[in-house]
Amino acid sequence: MINAVGRDIPDELLKDGKEVYQGKYHMDGKPFKKAGPVTIRHEKPQESKVVASIREACEQCGAHDGMTVSFHHAFRNGDYVTSMVMKVLIEDMGLKDLTVATTSLGSAQDLLADYIEQGKIIGIQSSGVRGRIGEVISAGKLKTPAIIRSHGGRPRAIETGELHIDISFIAASTSDDYGNAKGTGGKHNCGAMGYAVADSHYADHVVVVTDTLVPFPNMPSPISSIDVDAVVVVDAIGDPTKIGTKEARITQDPRNLMMAENCAKVIASTPYFKDGFSFQTGVGGPSLAVNRFLEEYMVEQNIKMGFALGGMGGNICDLMDKGLVGKLLDTQDFDMKAIKHLEEHPDKHLEISTSEYASAANKGAYVNKLDFVVLAALEIDTDFNVNVLTGSDGVLRGAPGGHPDTAEGSKCCIIVTPLVRGRMATVCKKVVTVTTPGDCVDVLVTDYGIAVNPRRQDLIECLDKAGIEHTTIEALQQKAYSLVGTPDDLEWEDKVIAVLEARDGTILDVIRKIKPLQL
Amino acid sequence: MEIQKAAIAGTLESSDAQVTVMPGTNGIELTLESSVMNQYGRQIKATVLSVLSGLGVKDARVKVVDKGALDCTLKARVECAVFRSNDMSAKNIPWGGVIK
Repeated sequence: MINAVGRDIPDELLKDGKEVYQGKYHMDGKPFKKAGPVTIRHEKPQESKVVASIREACEQCGAHDGMTVSFHHAFRNGDYVTSMVMKVLIEDMGLKDLTVATTSLGSAQDLLADYIEQGKIIGIQSSGVRGRIGEVISAGKLKTPAIIRSHGGRPRAIETGELHIDISFIAASTSDDYGNAKGTGGKHNCGAMGYAVADSHYADHVVVVTDTLVPFPNMPSPISSIDVDAVVVVDAIGDPTKIGTKEARITQDPRNLMMAENCAKVIASTPYFKDGFSFQTGVGGPSLAVNRFLEEYMVEQNIKMGFALGGMGGNICDLMDKGLVGKLLDTQDFDMKAIKHLEEHPDKHLEISTSEYASAANKGAYVNKLDFVVLAALEIDTDFNVNVLTGSDGVLRGAPGGHPDTAEGSKCCIIVTPLVRGRMATVCKKVVTVTTPGDCVDVLVTDYGIAVNPRRQDLIECLDKAGIEHTTIEALQQKAYSLVGTPDDLEWEDKVIAVLEARDGTILDVIRKIKPLQL
Repeated sequence: MEIQKAAIAGTLESSDAQVTVMPGTNGIELTLESSVMNQYGRQIKATVLSVLSGLGVKDARVKVVDKGALDCTLKARVECAVFRSNDMSAKNIPWGGVIK
């Protein structure tokens, strides 16, 4: 069936009430009964939940073939726990047919690619699929299609019961012996643990894995001991220096700076730019640099930001320390500076769950209050559909992250990207995969000009009034093709290797196995 | 032109292409690797063959390792490799002639 972004979704995926994407806000107002875990009662006096090993925790939690386990990725490329636990489950305990439902995957979990190839892991549910895992999934080696969800789509799937987790393993920088756990105060701090919160509430079993056991009570904490079955102490849970490949720095690249400056100009031209406005950026070069130019407008017009949302870098913390931001609502920290800032400013740098951040299945996630979001793109097409998941060669190598959630929730979604990257046209006729539907995207800023989505005549008027030049997205696409040539369409086999859910749970796109060009 | 000896032009940097030409006897034997193969493989092949044909090269073994080079870059690298194989790349390049 063809969905609202023109993608053909195979009928065999449309079972058990699964629908194709039907445009934004389609599920708005629909009631549903939340799923609940099978939990267990502990009435007897109990001094501690610490067990000797990961294996003992797994056995206590009834680890079995065919189960679904979950992890969070706050340590990003520095995560040790996902691989550590999967190794115990598969190599020590000999379990098979496992599904890994994690908040994202990267090079730190390359080991899982081996288990996929061996057929031990048969399902992957994640936001990001990169590195070797992306390659083996793209090569069709995972037994079932991977399910790709945004950071808001994941808690939605957990809350509606589409994703049921048997055991959640939560890496925590500190925990007490009862399982009150958080991402600060330990040997290896990851900062905010927003990704793990829904798992702790909805998984049948929860195991906290820490390297720093602290006296009870380790509170306040995002993970509450009432949800935790067992606590395991290991040597190291992760390497925080690998969370960002480098400290998030403002780019010096003049092309990025020019785009960032134009982004700030667009923001300042809209009626949403007023005292108390709210804002989110990604941590990509040009997106991050927007902060710097926005600061000038804020100081000049005496405007302060009410709150910043999402993943936090040192950059936005600096802006808060200058008195320009009211609150930081933090789901994850992208660098050491932001982790430290979270720890030092509990009054205004606040940790939130990804359900609070972006779930499309609660009574109002914070993205719905967001004024501006500035985001990057691997590709954007002339319908303003954005791809942040598949490379132009058709291989999985990205993540929707909070992109579709913030784009849909915000009043003004700005995509900032160079027109071409090497020979790849970023602005193209048809993106490989639609990860964020074009009806949620408002403005495109490139190094060759700005285009406004024709659905947003109000924003076009704002830009005109401010004297900001803009063109059509078709003109930008043609410019791109004139520089790099018109790309051939990719060729695909029938086999679906991944299903991409829209944030509301409908099917936005599927990714098939690529047929490499043979000359 | 004939390919007199093995010659190379270009680098493996992003947005460049490294072109190696070697003497051959069996028409143009092209091997192509590209980071943008799925989308531009056919165009890269067509460009390389068209440049060789424009230079009158009939027999050669040609290896192109493309890192996403634009067409103009690719053409220049092929031309340079062919001229180097004839020791003709230092002077008297026929700008405006076969090199357009």
